[in-house]
Amino acid sequence: MTGASSAAGPTGASGAYGPVRRKEDARFIRGRGLFVDDIQLPGMLHGAILRSPLAHARILSVDIASALAHPKVEAVITGATLAGRGLAWMPTLSQDVQAVLATDKVRFQGQEVAFVVAQDRYSARDALELINVDYEPLPPVIDAERALDPGTPVVRDDLPGKTDNHIFDWEAGNEAATAAVFARADVVVTQDMLYPRSHPAPLETCGMVADLEVISGKLTLWSTSQAPHAHRTLYALVAGVPEHKIRVISPDVGGGFGNKVPVYPGYICAIVGSMMTGRPVKWMEDRSENLMSTSFARDYHMHGEIAASRDGRILGLRAKVLGDHGAFNATAQPTKFPAGFFHIFTGSYDLQAAHCQVTAVHTNKAPGGVAYACSFRITEAVYLVERMVDLLARELAMDPAELRMKNLLRPEQFPYTGPTGWEYDSGNYPRALTLAMDMAGYAQLREEQARKRERGEYMGIGLSFFTEGVGAGPRAHMDILGLGMADGADLRVYPTGKAVLAISVQTQGQGHETTFAQIVAQELGLSPDDVEVVHGDTDRTPFGLGTYGSRSTPVSGAAAVIVARKVRERARIVAAAMMEVSADDLDWTGGAWQVRGDPEQSANIAQIAMAAHGSLELPEGVEGHLDAETVYNPPNLTFPFGAYICVTDVDPGTGVVKVRRFIAVDDCGVRINPMIVEGQVHGGLADGIGMALMQVIAFDENGNCLGGSFMDYLLPTALECPSWELGETVTPSPHHPIGAKGVGESATVGSPAAVVNSVLDALAPFGVRHADMPLTPANVWSAIQGRPLRTDLAVS
Amino acid sequence: MQITITVNGAVYKREVEPRLLLIHFLRDDLRLTGSHWGCDTSNCGACVVWLDDIPVKSCTVLAAMADGHRVLTVEGLERGGQLDPVQEGFAQCHGLQCGFCTPGMMLTARWLLDHHPDPSPAEIREAISGQICRCTGYENIVRSILWASQHASWGQPDAGGDPVNGGGDPGGAEVTA
Repeated sequence: MTGASSAAGPTGASGAYGPVRRKEDARFIRGRGLFVDDIQLPGMLHGAILRSPLAHARILSVDIASALAHPKVEAVITGATLAGRGLAWMPTLSQDVQAVLATDKVRFQGQEVAFVVAQDRYSARDALELINVDYEPLPPVIDAERALDPGTPVVRDDLPGKTDNHIFDWEAGNEAATAAVFARADVVVTQDMLYPRSHPAPLETCGMVADLEVISGKLTLWSTSQAPHAHRTLYALVAGVPEHKIRVISPDVGGGFGNKVPVYPGYICAIVGSMMTGRPVKWMEDRSENLMSTSFARDYHMHGEIAASRDGRILGLRAKVLGDHGAFNATAQPTKFPAGFFHIFTGSYDLQAAHCQVTAVHTNKAPGGVAYACSFRITEAVYLVERMVDLLARELAMDPAELRMKNLLRPEQFPYTGPTGWEYDSGNYPRALTLAMDMAGYAQLREEQARKRERGEYMGIGLSFFTEGVGAGPRAHMDILGLGMADGADLRVYPTGKAVLAISVQTQGQGHETTFAQIVAQELGLSPDDVEVVHGDTDRTPFGLGTYGSRSTPVSGAAAVIVARKVRERARIVAAAMMEVSADDLDWTGGAWQVRGDPEQSANIAQIAMAAHGSLELPEGVEGHLDAETVYNPPNLTFPFGAYICVTDVDPGTGVVKVRRFIAVDDCGVRINPMIVEGQVHGGLADGIGMALMQVIAFDENGNCLGGSFMDYLLPTALECPSWELGETVTPSPHHPIGAKGVGESATVGSPAAVVNSVLDALAPFGVRHADMPLTPANVWSAIQGRPLRTDLAVS
Repeated sequence: MQITITVNGAVYKREVEPRLLLIHFLRDDLRLTGSHWGCDTSNCGACVVWLDDIPVKSCTVLAAMADGHRVLTVEGLERGGQLDPVQEGFAQCHGLQCGFCTPGMMLTARWLLDHHPDPSPAEIREAISGQICRCTGYENIVRSILWASQHASWGQPDAGGDPVNGGGDPGGAEVTA
C-alpha cells in the first residue's frame, strides 16, 4: 500500500476524506465556544489557591481566622481540613503521592497550601492575603545533578524510610552487546546535553467548575481535561464518590499539549469546596499558577555516546540520563514505562546494539515530566540521537545528510525490531529524506553556506529525522493507574440515516468533530455532515483513556472504523432481508449494499436504517436498529516519521538566531483530513522553535521559578516563525484498519533537533560543538565566546 | 461606581468595583464570553477587543477606563447574520484549532484590514506579533487574514456610520442591569 493516495480508503468509497472544513469553527469564529471559565451556574462560588513563596520549607502554622472573617468568604480549606477527610494527599499517575494542600512541608515554589471559596473571583484573591502561614525555610534541592550527593536535604521525608532523593533506576537494551560494539568501533563520540525544563502553556489555563447536587449525590465536574474518563475513575478513588455519581464534562478546551492530562490539586480543592458549601465552585488558574505548578515537561540531563566505523556506519548508541522529576513523581505515562518511551532512542537508524539507563531524582521543583506533546519522552530520545548523529558527522567530516542517508532503516527492513525491543510497523525513510532535501534544495543551500562563510556570514543548515511510536497502547503492556489504554466507540444510526458517534477521546483543538465524522462517513457512505461526534462528557461517551500521546487517530480512530464496519455488517443483513436475497450475494459498492451483478438493486445506509427501525421482519442476527459499539485494543503502536530541515541565519555580534526556512516532510500514514494534519504539523514546528530558541523554566539557587509569566517564559510569535514548507509521504500502518498513524506530536518531537543542529552548524566556524537549548541570544553569544550557558539554572 | 459602556452597539449601565478589569466586566458581568483571558501580563492577546477604534488588551484595561466609550468584541463582528470576511477567512483557511486565541486575532485582523486593506504576509505577522497562538504556528492565521483581505468586507466605515457600532445587533438598544 506504500504510496497510496491519502484520499483512497480501503472501502473503495471516496469523498469523505479530504480537506473538509471543520465543524468546530462555526462556534469559535463567533465567540460561541464554551470553555470552563465561560460557565456560570446559579449560586456559583469562586475558589483561589494560596501558594508557597518558598521552594522548601516546613509549615509551622496556617492561620485562616482573618480570611474566614472576610464577609464574602464562604470557606477556607487547608491541608488540615483535607487530612480530616483523608484527602490531603492524592495518587499521582506514576505510583507516587502528591500533596493536595501541604500539611508538613512545602516542596516547590507555587505549591498549594490553602484554598479559599468566596462569592466572587476578586474576593477569593483578597482573602488569600489574609491567610498567615508561618514557614521555617529549609535548604532547597535545585540542581538535579547534585540531588544524589551525600548530605543533600531529603525532599520527600514524607515517604517512610526515605533518606535520599532517588526515585528509580531503569534501563533498556543490551549493555554487554553495546559495550562490545563500542570496543570494536573506529570512532566514538560523546556529548553531555540538557533537554531543559519546558512548559506546554496552553493559552487556556487549567480549571474546573465542581457542582455537587446534594440531594442526588451527583457530582458534575466541568473540567479542562484531556482524559475525562480516567479523571472520573481517579476522583472516585480519591474522593470516595461512587463513580456512577460522577460526571466529568470536558467542554471546549483551549489547548492541552499534555498539560491537561494529570489531575491537579486545584481540581480536588474545587470538589471539596462544593462538598463543603453545597454550591458550585469554580477554580481557574492564573497564568503564573499554570506555569509554576502544573506539569512541566522534559528536564532530562543526558549523556550520549555513539559508535561508528570510519566510513560512517553507525554501530551503537548509549545514553545515560538523569531525569529531574521535581517534588512529586507525577509523570503521566504508561505504568510499565517510568522513563516513558525514551528507549526508542535509536531513532530511525540501523545499528547493531544500544543501551540506555535512566535515573530519576526529586528536586524542589514543580512535579510533572511528560506533558508537552512529546509522545512520552520520544522528543528527548529524538533530540539525543539527532544531536549525536550530527556530532558524529562533524567528527567524520561527513555531510550530516549523507551520514543519515547511509544509516537510515531501509524499507525492506519493516516490520523492524529495534535493539531496545520496539517493533516499527512501516516506513520508507530514504524517500522522506530525499523529498525534504529536494524541497530544500539541499546542495544549493550548502553552496550558499560556503559562500557566506567566506564573507563572514553565519548560516546554518540543520537536519532531523525522527521516528515516533504513538497510539498507546496494547493493554497487556500499557496502562495508566491500572486502566488499560483501550478506547471505546459507540455508533448510533437513526431511522433517517443520520449517525451519532460517541468517542472516549476529546478534542483540545485537533478537530475530532470533523475528522471522526469523516471516518464514519467514509465507512458508511454518508456525508460528514450526516455524522455528529459526541465527546468530552463521561455520561454520554464510552470509557477510554483520552487524548494525548497522539493516540486519538491510532486508537479511537480505529475504534470508529471498526464500529462503523459493525454497523455496515448489520446493515448488510437487513439489506438482504429488504431485497430478499442472501447476505452473501451483497457487495458494499458506492456507499450502498448492492446485489452482486445487479446494480439496480441496492440500498444505502439511510434506506436500510429506516427498514431496520420499521416493521420489516428481521432475519437471524439482527435485533433491530443498526447501532453498535466496540472497544479497540491496539495490537501495537503506530510509527509516524519525518525528515526536517531548518535553515537559520545567526548574527555573531548579538547571538540572534533567525529561522529563515523550515522544511518538514511528515509521514503519518493515511491522512483523513490533510488540512487538519498540516495544521497539527504547523503548530508543532512553532513549538520546536520555541523550545530550541526561547522557552525554558529555569530556577535560581533558592528555587525561585524564573519562567513564571509570559514576560519571562517566552513563546514564539508570528515573527519568530517562518512560513512552513510542508511535504508528505504516505506509508500506511499495516495494523491500523485505515492505515492511519497519528500526527499530533510529530512536529514537536522532530523539530527541536533540526533547529539546534542548524544553529550549531552555523556556529561550526567558531569551533562551537554543542550548546544547550534554549539557544537564546545570550547563550549563542556565550557559546561563540567558548562558554555556552547552563540554561536550567540562574548562575549567580 | 457606575459606568456606561457601549458594547457591540448596545449601551450597558452597570455598578462595578473600580478595580474591575474590562475583560472580567465583559465576560462575567455582560456574559460576553467570546473574549478570553490568557495571561494577565498583556503578552498573549486572547483578550483583545476594540476600545473605540483601536485594539486593546482588555486584561490591562479597567472597566472604569472604558466608561463612556465604545467596545467591540468578537460577538459584534457578525452583522445581520453575515460573517465578517475575517471570520470567514479563519474558517476557510484553518486559521484556528482550539479557538482560544481566535477572537483576539480576528479583532486585530479586522483593524489591520480597515487601515491596510492589502497587507503583505510580513505586515500581517507584524500586526499579530503581540498575540500568541499555541496551536497553529501562525501560518494559517496569516493565510486567513490574506483571504479576508481579498474578500469584500461588510463595509466599515460604511453607510451605517460608526465603524464599531453602526448597523449591528442589537442596534443600540439600551440595556440596563
